[in-house]
Amino acid sequence: MAVDVRETARAPDTPIWLDSRYRAIFFQVVLLVIVLGFGAYIFHNTYANLERRGIASGFGFLGSTAGFDIIMHLVPYSAASSFGQALLVGLLNTLVVAGIGIVFATMLGFVIGVARLSRNWLIARLAAVYIEGIRNIPLLLQIIFWYQVLGKSTPGPRQSIGILGLFFINNRGLYMPAPVFQEGFWLAPVALAIGIVASIVVFRWARARQVATGQQFPILWTSLGLTFGLPLLALIVMGMPFHWDYPELQGFNFSGGMVLIPEFISLTFALVVYTAAFIGETVRAGIMAVSHGQTEAAYALGLRPGPTLRLVIIPQAMRVIIPPMTSQYLNLTKNSSLATAIAYPDLVAVFAGTVLNQTGQAVECIAITMAVYLTTSLTTSVFMNWFNTKMALRER
Amino acid sequence: MTTAVETSQKAEIPPPASTVGWVGWLRENLFSSWQSTVLTLLAIWIIYLVIPPFIQWAFIDAIWTGNEAQDCKLPDGSRKDGACWIYIKAWIGGYMYGLYPYDLRWRIDLAAIAAVLMFAPLSIKNLPYKNVYGVAVVLLYPIVAYFMFYGFVDFPPGAPGSATHPWRTVQTDKWGGLALTLLIASVGIIAALPLGILLALGRRSSMPIVSTFSVVFIELWRGVPLITVLFMSSVMLPLFLPEGVNFDKLLRALIGVTMFSAAYMAEVVRGGLAAIPKGQYEGAMALGLSYPKMMTFIILPQALRYAIPNIVSNFIGLFKDTTLVAIIGMFDLLGAIQLGNADPKWLGFSIEGYAFAALLYFVFCFSMSRYSQHLERKLHTGHKKR
Repeated sequence: MAVDVRETARAPDTPIWLDSRYRAIFFQVVLLVIVLGFGAYIFHNTYANLERRGIASGFGFLGSTAGFDIIMHLVPYSAASSFGQALLVGLLNTLVVAGIGIVFATMLGFVIGVARLSRNWLIARLAAVYIEGIRNIPLLLQIIFWYQVLGKSTPGPRQSIGILGLFFINNRGLYMPAPVFQEGFWLAPVALAIGIVASIVVFRWARARQVATGQQFPILWTSLGLTFGLPLLALIVMGMPFHWDYPELQGFNFSGGMVLIPEFISLTFALVVYTAAFIGETVRAGIMAVSHGQTEAAYALGLRPGPTLRLVIIPQAMRVIIPPMTSQYLNLTKNSSLATAIAYPDLVAVFAGTVLNQTGQAVECIAITMAVYLTTSLTTSVFMNWFNTKMALRER
Repeated sequence: MTTAVETSQKAEIPPPASTVGWVGWLRENLFSSWQSTVLTLLAIWIIYLVIPPFIQWAFIDAIWTGNEAQDCKLPDGSRKDGACWIYIKAWIGGYMYGLYPYDLRWRIDLAAIAAVLMFAPLSIKNLPYKNVYGVAVVLLYPIVAYFMFYGFVDFPPGAPGSATHPWRTVQTDKWGGLALTLLIASVGIIAALPLGILLALGRRSSMPIVSTFSVVFIELWRGVPLITVLFMSSVMLPLFLPEGVNFDKLLRALIGVTMFSAAYMAEVVRGGLAAIPKGQYEGAMALGLSYPKMMTFIILPQALRYAIPNIVSNFIGLFKDTTLVAIIGMFDLLGAIQLGNADPKWLGFSIEGYAFAALLYFVFCFSMSRYSQHLERKLHTGHKKR
């Protein structure tokens, strides 16, 4: 609610410096001069400082050879790769932690939030203790703690804890079989995409039919069949064009398969546990925001508890839950930058840490790192505004 | 033929035994259906898995007496099973004061006592001139604390008394521990408040340049993680200054933290401003108050009152976030814990250190969040935006 305090017309005898219209212009000009002057001052100083230290400014360094290794990379990377590729590796590592963290934190958070409202006294208390305990301890402390615990409680590679002979846990991480794709595998992702599109089409058709005729259609089973059945069919048609690469102990370490490094596991675990506590509170607030009359009305209409929750409570709760949930997702993404503390090679550790120290390009490195996070945040808030307008209650 | 008509009221039958007393409570809250029973058993199992081993570790098997690491170790050099609390006892001074000179730690205690004495009168309910006193204390205390932390007798290196004088200066890189954590968090919130109020007013302003500037400033800081802000303050800030001018590392971190928390503070204050009914503005304007007077005397006092619980939760967030300065090499509480864990005399007891840090942070944050909930109830004066 912006309140317009400007007067509409100036009384003829008001001196010009008391006229709020001219005053507004004056203040803005002053602010502009201060901001621009400050900016120019900083720019001038930075330029002079860089010149004196002999640091060339600009983004040319992104093309030169990095010369350092990164313990976890999802795209091909070696010491001979460029700083630009190191940036990409760091960015992908951040995105992987954020993506996996968001999925698991949402699931755990919903469980915690619903448990907090459970009619079972013990479960509700347990959830409350979890939320209060986790929320009041700094995330950085939790990350370091889990990293230490993981490092201390896991054995060396030769004494690895094996699970079914497929998974191995030791102090170098969690080793597991990796699929190796062969020629002809391309059909499976294509089939998956077709399956998803087909599910959406069927869903829309079924909903339109239900609205028109009242007949229901088994949407869940059809879409599950389409999404998973089609890729399976594609694999069978192409003759199973992939095999598993199993990790094996060779000498002092494992080879083959793929490995989740301990830094990744402890960072993701801590982020999930921490964010789930906040998401749990969000979910609880959302469910409590739906008035009890809604439940009673649904029961009065003869709905059973399941459909009541699914069709009446949750759709209304989601309206309240989703905006704060998105900001929790953003927080998780930003918090993943604490990876630096345990040397997980995320964007900040790789780019604002190693690359900055190697090149001395402080301004460029920090600017790129900040720009990446800013882009993520601003994109999300644009999406949120769109979502809020779409979901806003249209009261009649 | 007789008819059975009662002529007096019958005694009330007591409710079924299974619905009252502790049996009733159990049936109602723990075993109301088979699903509930399963959940209860699951919860009991989780508690059984976590609590007894923890009590065993933290209390029963714990080592409480002794002075050196040897007391926590078995004859073969491996550590005993229980928690080694004598490590915490040995390092508690380090956790509280960091690397601050041992013989001057009383100065920090003095600063803490001064804080209690100066802020205590604010809890008196009907203190005359309470607002004036509050503002004066908030402005005066940082100066007092600064001189207690930093000292005011500066010696050239090697001069007589430079190592023993009770008021000799202590450089900021020696400040640390819980004292530093509290310092950064308090400065971050107190300095951010005026900045945040200005930004919030700026964001709601009808002057396009002012509001654009505020929006850009707020979104810029809110969009990036604090750690990049701290990196920026430690590597980029020196580049922004003219040659020869150099800020102290702590001051640079404080500037970064203040900017960061001002952006969040602005949003909190904006939330408070949004809760003020339009009639308050109209009433103030009808009285002929100018914009600054309207804001200072009518709008902001109410808006800040609404915002207080959120300011406190902001403070809790900042208090937890100050741990990040440990990453840029300062010894706040977490940094001091890591310092202790790296002490060659006490290697192998880091879990105890982190557990103690977690307990301290929990006690602080939990009591502050309870206080903010209490404030929320107390300040809920009833007139909401209509």
